[in-house]
Amino acid sequence: MVLNNIEKLLEKYENGETSLKEEQVLKNYFTSDTVAPHLEMYKPMFAYFLGNQQEQFTKDVPLKTKTIFNYKWISVAAVAVLMLGFYFGTSFGNTDLGTYEDPQLAFNEFSKSMEMISTKFNKGASTVSYLNEVNKGTSTLGYLNEIENTTSIIFKN
Amino acid sequence: MTQKEFLNIVMPFKDKVFRLAKRLLVSTEEAEDATQEVLLKLWNNKKKIAEYRNVEAFSMTMTKNYCFDKLKSKQAQNLKIVHSNYEEKNTPLQKQVELNDSVSWVAKIIEDLPEQQKMIIQLRDIEEYDFDEIAKMLEMNNTAVRVALSRARKTIREKLTNTHNYGIK
Repeated sequence: MVLNNIEKLLEKYENGETSLKEEQVLKNYFTSDTVAPHLEMYKPMFAYFLGNQQEQFTKDVPLKTKTIFNYKWISVAAVAVLMLGFYFGTSFGNTDLGTYEDPQLAFNEFSKSMEMISTKFNKGASTVSYLNEVNKGTSTLGYLNEIENTTSIIFKN
Repeated sequence: MTQKEFLNIVMPFKDKVFRLAKRLLVSTEEAEDATQEVLLKLWNNKKKIAEYRNVEAFSMTMTKNYCFDKLKSKQAQNLKIVHSNYEEKNTPLQKQVELNDSVSWVAKIIEDLPEQQKMIIQLRDIEEYDFDEIAKMLEMNNTAVRVALSRARKTIREKLTNTHNYGIK
């Protein structure tokens, strides 16, 4: 009776018509020790199915909680820096150098500073005049040529 | 969503994802990589998880697609030489011993089935999903799943009967 039932179930099973419950019955039957000899070949199949249910995934999954950097805050920081720059730039940086109201006074000041420039310049130029001495020295070196001439005469002979 | 909440969702079916990947990709390492990839994808889209109607079915579909991509990619073609294309004429001793174990016959038979049937056998006979779920996961209709399943089961039975009779006679 039971065997008959199992055979029917097997047929249904092969046609893909069994429910999960009926398949469970089959699995139980074929993993028991009392399998009819002519159905022996089904045994490894069901044993395999059950054995495969045990296999597990053992590897770790590296779940990183990504902290997504918010670029909005960069713009906020930039604006803050700019504002600070403007604020301190206008209060500290004294760009007013002063002007003369009276033209005569302005001319005097101007000529004074130009005079200063010219005296300093002349002082500098006068020290350069020592270079003439160097020229003088090199001109006397010209006498060396005479020596060279005489030596050449000697060595020719 | 915190890591813990995520793991609570994922834990119940991560093994199923792994086994499906292994069924398709054969090698354990490849299957582990695939599972990792699928879980990471889920994690990265964790904001959308609430929107999915069935996270498990969705993950299975994702696994299937990922494995198919892997199998199609060049990398997999290289691997194939190792897995199935290369067959030694003289079965090595270890294989012979293995083949004595009749359960591994079943593994070998299933390995030879077409990809779709492999997946359906995996999902139905090992993971015990019902047909509607399988149909959803594999993006097929219900009858097509039944037909493929029936074909797969018949093939397995035929081949098993052959090996069984061969063993006796």
